Amino acid sequence: MNIFATEFILGHLNYWLFIILMMTGLYIVISKGNLVKKIVGLNIFQTSVFMFYISMGKVSGGTAPIFPLDGVYDPSIAYSNPLPHVLILTAIVVGIATTSLGLALIIRIREEYHSIEEEHITILEDTVFQTENLPLDGKGGSI
Amino acid sequence: MATQTVHHAAMTLTEHLPILQVLIPFITAPLIVFVGRRELAWPLAFIASFTSFVIACLLLSKVIGGGVISYKIGGWAPPLGIEYRVDAANAFVLFLVTGISTLVLPYARESVSSEMPERTQTLFYALFLLCLTGLLGVTTTADAFNVFVFLEISSLSTYVLIAQGSYRDKRALTAAFNYLIMGTIGATFFVIGLGFLYMATGTLNMADLADRLSGQYDSRTVRAGFAFILVGMGLKVAIFPLHLWLPNAYTYAPSAVTTFLAATATKVAIYVLLRFIFSVFQPEFLLETSALEIIFYPFALLAMFAASFTAIFQRDLKRMLAYSSIAQIGYMLLGVALLSETGLMAAIIHLFNHGITKAALFMGVGAYVLRSGGSFYIHLQGLGKTMPWTSAATVIGGISLIGVPGTAGFLSKWLLVQAALEQGYWPLAILIVASSLLAVIYVWRLIEILYLSTPTSEKVVQEAPLSMLLPLWLMAIACIYFGFETDITMGAAKAAAQALLSGSSGMMN
Repeated sequence: MNIFATEFILGHLNYWLFIILMMTGLYIVISKGNLVKKIVGLNIFQTSVFMFYISMGKVSGGTAPIFPLDGVYDPSIAYSNPLPHVLILTAIVVGIATTSLGLALIIRIREEYHSIEEEHITILEDTVFQTENLPLDGKGGSI
Repeated sequence: MATQTVHHAAMTLTEHLPILQVLIPFITAPLIVFVGRRELAWPLAFIASFTSFVIACLLLSKVIGGGVISYKIGGWAPPLGIEYRVDAANAFVLFLVTGISTLVLPYARESVSSEMPERTQTLFYALFLLCLTGLLGVTTTADAFNVFVFLEISSLSTYVLIAQGSYRDKRALTAAFNYLIMGTIGATFFVIGLGFLYMATGTLNMADLADRLSGQYDSRTVRAGFAFILVGMGLKVAIFPLHLWLPNAYTYAPSAVTTFLAATATKVAIYVLLRFIFSVFQPEFLLETSALEIIFYPFALLAMFAASFTAIFQRDLKRMLAYSSIAQIGYMLLGVALLSETGLMAAIIHLFNHGITKAALFMGVGAYVLRSGGSFYIHLQGLGKTMPWTSAATVIGGISLIGVPGTAGFLSKWLLVQAALEQGYWPLAILIVASSLLAVIYVWRLIEILYLSTPTSEKVVQEAPLSMLLPLWLMAIACIYFGFETDITMGAAKAAAQALLSGSSGMMN
């Protein structure tokens, strides 16, 4: 199996796109210090998984899995697998809930820290952390 | 005719127990929000949790002999429909989760009203029940995708519950945010793994998955799927290098939330891991991929030592206990890695014993926070004299954490050492004892601060209220009770280990 063969690359196009999107999303989550950008990265990461599932359900030559209105089933028609699509509906709902909760948390963080940059927040937290972790005979432990 | 109908109704109710115990907290949560009255929120939450606990006891008594209850949701038969399946392994976890939540709720009342403003307290109880729903759902379901859905229900409510600590310390917000990022990555990894398994098998029912996977352990798709599931769940379990969300989340969350999470959330995640390793995949698959040598042993040992060592140098009791939790997860992982019935029993018993031990300890912390204003060691100096009941119970928890004979913690560590010796891994047994000595150091430090130092402030500290002392002491007594009365835990763990080890053959009947 030659992984550089055009056939291999084109034949697995959906997986390549999934991997590229997934890695883009993960990279943004890890590398960006801005909390909103982190949430955007997380969204891209989740979307890549949605696309992975949806493309997985595709049957070559298959049409949309809608039962004919007249109720007559024609066995010669191939249908795509609807189950992964339905699963992803649930995952999309979960993704929306996560995003909105993340954004709500960012609003509260901005109210308390007056910043949504991770480095500013870390500096603020480290200063507090060091003062409260002084040795027992010092003035440590005040909140 | 009439008697027959009544009889029929009673029959159906018992048949519906597996779904009822998930549904009752699930329906009560929005009910609390709609009723909207603060004084009714707590009783409703307690009734729901207590009902679930009674159901969990009923289920455990039914399956402890080795039986299996299968419930088809909506009457759709598996593998197409979603199946709920209760065997000894998950009934035991259900018993722990509902038991802890039923004891944490009375405790939470005083703690929550001192740590949170009045307007959020009603919503707190609703979220607590949603979190409970998620954990119970994850434990009961036999459908792999359903695990993800319930996992996210519990995770999303957990993030909000942790953020409620922001009224005491604003760092709860960043702790919740970081957990949200890592938890979502973990859950998404889990879904990717399920996607790979679905590609290879075309099914999501666990028993069906096990059946169809058994022939294709060489497949790269299946192996990639296993790796994604392991890492995804590992984030939720807080396996050593994936634990970074845990210390801050536990430290800054409200005391009642920390108690509940420490005793249940990671335990349920470990259960899912066990279920996937032993029921969906078979132990042979683990041996084939050498996942044990590369992942389980080194990271379990690292957790036991590195996390215990970090715990020694903490100055905040809550943070110290959080690190100790990471170390304890190492013991459970080690039990799994030994791949024997004794090892698995040790892991399951430790899961239960550590749940009640940590619940007792974190309840003690919550009482100190309420009365002395903080959980730093400087706040706790000399409290052994002013809060004798709280301190005594906390110390009992600490002793059980070390694993002193006569406490619950001893039983599980003893079993773990036995399991290691059974396989001839005596260096492992020495390492288990050595890491327990690290626990002696940090627990002794706590005792020293509570009893042997003089308070720095002149503030007169009162004993904790009875509503907190009672659950705390129940937990402390449980720590001792389960150290002597071993029939219940050993019996349940043995049945659970056998249910898990019988793998797919046990699931297919």
